[in-house]
Amino acid sequence: MTVAIKNNNIITSKLPQTSASISENSRKNAIDSLANTALPTTRVEAWKYTRVAKLGKIDFHNEKVKIDSISNFTIDDTKCSFVFVNGHFDAELSSRELPTGVNCKLISEETDLPETTLKLEGEIFHALNTAHLTDGIHISIEDKAQVEQPIQIIHVLKGDAIASNFKTLIHAGKSSKASVIQGFFSEGEGTNFCNTTTEIDVAENAFLSLEKIQYESESSYHISTEQVQQAKNSTFTINTITLNGRLVRNNVNIEVNGENCTSNLNGAYLLKNKQHVDNHSVVDHKVPNCESHELYKGVIDDNSTAVFNGKVYVRPDAQKINAFQSNANVLLSDDATINSKPELEIYADDVKCSHGSTTGQLDEEAVFYLRARGISEKAARKLMVSAFIGDVLEKIENESVHSFVHRLLNERFDWEF
Amino acid sequence: MSNYTEDELAKDLENQEYKFGFTTDIGADQAPKGLNEDIIRFISAKKEEPEWMLEHRLKAFAAWQEMTEPDWAHVTYEKPDFQDIIYYSAPNQTKKYESWDDVDPEMKETMKKLGISLEEQKRLTGVAVDFVMDSVSVATSFKSKLKELGIIFCSFSEAVQDYPDLVREHMGTVVPTTDNFYAALNSAVFTDGSFCYIPKGVRCPMELSTYFRINEGGTGQFERTLVVADEGSYVSYLEGCTAPQRDENQLHAAVVELVAKDNAEIKYSTVQNWYPGDKNGKGGIFNFVTKRGICGTNSKISWTQVETGSAVTWKYPSCILKGDNSIGEFYSVAVTNNYQQADTGTKMIHLGKNTKSTIISKGISAGKSHNSYRGLVQIHKGADNARNFSQCDSLLMTDECGAHTFPYIECKNSSAKIEHEATTSKIGEDQIFYCLQRGISEEKAIGLIVNGYCKEVLNQLPMEFAVEAQKLLTISLEGSVG
Repeated sequence: MTVAIKNNNIITSKLPQTSASISENSRKNAIDSLANTALPTTRVEAWKYTRVAKLGKIDFHNEKVKIDSISNFTIDDTKCSFVFVNGHFDAELSSRELPTGVNCKLISEETDLPETTLKLEGEIFHALNTAHLTDGIHISIEDKAQVEQPIQIIHVLKGDAIASNFKTLIHAGKSSKASVIQGFFSEGEGTNFCNTTTEIDVAENAFLSLEKIQYESESSYHISTEQVQQAKNSTFTINTITLNGRLVRNNVNIEVNGENCTSNLNGAYLLKNKQHVDNHSVVDHKVPNCESHELYKGVIDDNSTAVFNGKVYVRPDAQKINAFQSNANVLLSDDATINSKPELEIYADDVKCSHGSTTGQLDEEAVFYLRARGISEKAARKLMVSAFIGDVLEKIENESVHSFVHRLLNERFDWEF
Repeated sequence: MSNYTEDELAKDLENQEYKFGFTTDIGADQAPKGLNEDIIRFISAKKEEPEWMLEHRLKAFAAWQEMTEPDWAHVTYEKPDFQDIIYYSAPNQTKKYESWDDVDPEMKETMKKLGISLEEQKRLTGVAVDFVMDSVSVATSFKSKLKELGIIFCSFSEAVQDYPDLVREHMGTVVPTTDNFYAALNSAVFTDGSFCYIPKGVRCPMELSTYFRINEGGTGQFERTLVVADEGSYVSYLEGCTAPQRDENQLHAAVVELVAKDNAEIKYSTVQNWYPGDKNGKGGIFNFVTKRGICGTNSKISWTQVETGSAVTWKYPSCILKGDNSIGEFYSVAVTNNYQQADTGTKMIHLGKNTKSTIISKGISAGKSHNSYRGLVQIHKGADNARNFSQCDSLLMTDECGAHTFPYIECKNSSAKIEHEATTSKIGEDQIFYCLQRGISEEKAIGLIVNGYCKEVLNQLPMEFAVEAQKLLTISLEGSVG
C-alpha cells in the first residue's frame, strides 16, 4: 500500500509500510504526519542552512541484498555485532553472542513495541522512519550489568535509490554500564538514503556511551536522530564522527529528566568536495544540578558546507546547571562555508552557561615554526589539522574505535594521525 | 541597608514605577484613526511634500499591504491593530520658533521633568538639540553655528523642503522601503525625524542630539532619521527618548539610516527609555526599530545603545561593511524588568576586504522579563581577512526571568577570523562576599558589580550622554545600582 503525501510522495511511493508491531497510536500519528507535512524548506528555521528538496525528487525503493564481506566495516572485533544491509538484518555476517546482562532483539521480532518518544507531528523524517520502518534492533541492558564488550551495530547501504528506515532502541538499566557503537557505511557509490532514529533511555545511575561513525558514499543522504531520556545520576556520552556522505544531518536531542546527570556531546566533522554536514543538538535541562558539555570541531575543505546548531535550554527552577558549548571550525578553502548557531535559552538564574564559536584558518606562524624545523608545509598542515581535530578524537575511550577512525581519516584525507 | 538581599532587590525592582510618567497637555492637530491611501495623502499634504515623496510613501504602503508581521523574535505580545492608530499628530503651533525663549513654557517644563534642561545643556555642554515633541520638530538650536561649517542638522520634513536632492539621493538606500514589515510601514507613514549631513572633510565640533517623546495618547510614532557623513567627515549623534505613562500599548516603528562615505566616521548613541508598562505588564511601548548603516572604504560606524524601556523591543542596529578596511562596532546594554521583553542584537555584513567588526552586548534581566540577543555575523566570499569578535553576556537577577542568545555565524571565506562567546550567570556570591568583607553594603556591591559589568559599553558613550545613561540604569534597577 502506498501513501500519497504532499510533495514527498515520491520518497514513499515504493516503500512498503512497516510490518513492525508498533503501537496503533504511533502508526496513525506517523501516517497523519506524513500526509500533512511537506519536506522542510530553508524557510523553516531548523533547516535554514540545509536543503533536502532533492530527496523529494528521487524515486526511492528498498530491497534486501547481500554484501560479500564486512571486514572493511568492522570497527571493533567484539563478539556482539549486528549487521544490517539496507535496513535488513544479515544473520550470516552478524555474531549474536550476547554478553551477560544484555538482551537484544530485532524490531521485527518484537511483538509489542513501546510508544515512540519521537515527535512525529511536523517531523517528516521521524514520521517516515516510523511509518516505513525497515527494521532495527532493540537493546536492553539489565539493571546493574557491567558490560565490558561494546555492542556493535553496522548498517550498510548497497544499490541505487535505496531508502533504509532504520531504528535502534536502547534501554540502559539502573546502575548499568555499557557502550554501543554505530557505524553507517556504503558499498558502492549509489545515491541512497539512510534515515535512522535512535531512542535511548538511560535509567538511574547508569552509564551509556554511543560512538557513531558516519562513512557512507559521497552521493548518499543520511538523516539521523538520537532521542535521549536521562534519569537521575546518569551519564550519557555521544561521539559523532562524520567523515563522508553527500548530505548528513544529525539531530541529537537530550532530555535531562533527573538530577545530577552528566551529558557529553562531542562531534568531529571533516568535509571535502561538495559535502554538506549539519549537526543539530538540543540539550534540555529540566531539573537542577546537572551538567552538559558539548564540543564540536570541524575542518571544511573544497566546496563543502558545515552547519552547527547547538541549543541549550535551562527550564525554570532548573538551578545549578553548568552547561558549556563549544564549536570550532577551520576553513581550508575559499569555497567552503560554515554556518554556526550556538544558542542558549535560559529561564533560571543560578546557572553557569557559556558558549563559544570560532571560525578561522591554520595559524601561519605555527606552520612557519614547524617548517623552520624541517617539516614540509604539507606535513605541517596535516599535523595541525590532526592536533585540532584530535581534541574531539581523544574523547573516544574505545581504542579500537579510535584506530578505526584514524584508518578512515588516512584513507579519505591521506592524513596520518 | 546592610542586609539587603536579592529577594528584597527583586521586590524593589517590582515596585519600581516609571518615573517619567506624565502627559503634557497641548492641543494637537490630528489625523483620523486608521490607515489607508487617503491618510498617507493627508500626511503628505500636511507636510507640504513634493510629489516624489508621496510616490515613495505610496509605493511603501503597497508593499506593506503584501507583507505579514514577523513572528520569529523571541517575544510574545498582542499584535497592534494598525487601523486603531492615529498616524499624524502635530503639536498645536502656528509658527516656527526663532529662539528658544519663544517656545511654549509647558513644553519646556516637559523637558525639565526629563531631567534635560535644554538651556542648561546649551550652556554647559554645547550640545545642539533637535527636540521632537510628537511628530514635529519644534526647536533646533545651534543651527547657525553648524551652518558655518556647512553641516545640515534639521528635522526631516525641513530637509525634504530645503535639501530635496540630498534626501532623495540617500533615503531608502540603506533600508529599502520593502526591507521588512515595520520599515515599510514607517516608509509609508513617517511623520518626521531628523536629517543630518556632514560635508566632506568636516569634523562636527559638537555632539548632535535629538530627544524624542511620545505625547499624544494613541499616537504611533514613526520617526525617520538619516545621517549622511560625506568623505572624510566625522559626526557623533545622540538619540534619547522617554515617554509618558499610558495604559494602552503604543507602537513605535522608527527607521534610522546611516551613510558613512569613504574615510568617514559616524558614532550613533542611543539611550532608550520608553514607558515599559507597569509591574503587571500592562501598557508600555512596542519598539520595533530598523537601524542600519552602510560603510564606504576606510570608514567606521559605531552603534552604542542603552536600552532600559519599552514593553517589547525588537531592534537590530546593523552595519553593512561594504568598503574595504571599514569597521563596524556595536555596544549594547539592555536592561529588562517586570514583564518587559527585549529581542535585540546586531547584524554585521562583511562585504569588503579587511573589514572588522566588534560586538559587545550586555543583557540584564530582572523581574519576569525576557532578554534575548540575536545577532548575525556574515562573511561574504570576497571579504578577505575579515575579522569579527563578539561577546554577549547575560546577567540574571531573579529566578523568574530569562536570558537567551541566538547568534548566527555564516562564513564563506577561509581567511576570516570569527570569535563568538557568550556567558550567562547571576551575580556571584563570592563577588558579593568579597565586597561585604571590605565593608561595602550588599546594595552597593550589587551596584558596583552591575556598573562594572556594563562599563565596557558605558565607556563608549559620549561624556554628555554617559551621565544620563547611568541615571537610566539607576532608575531601571533602582536599589541595585549605586
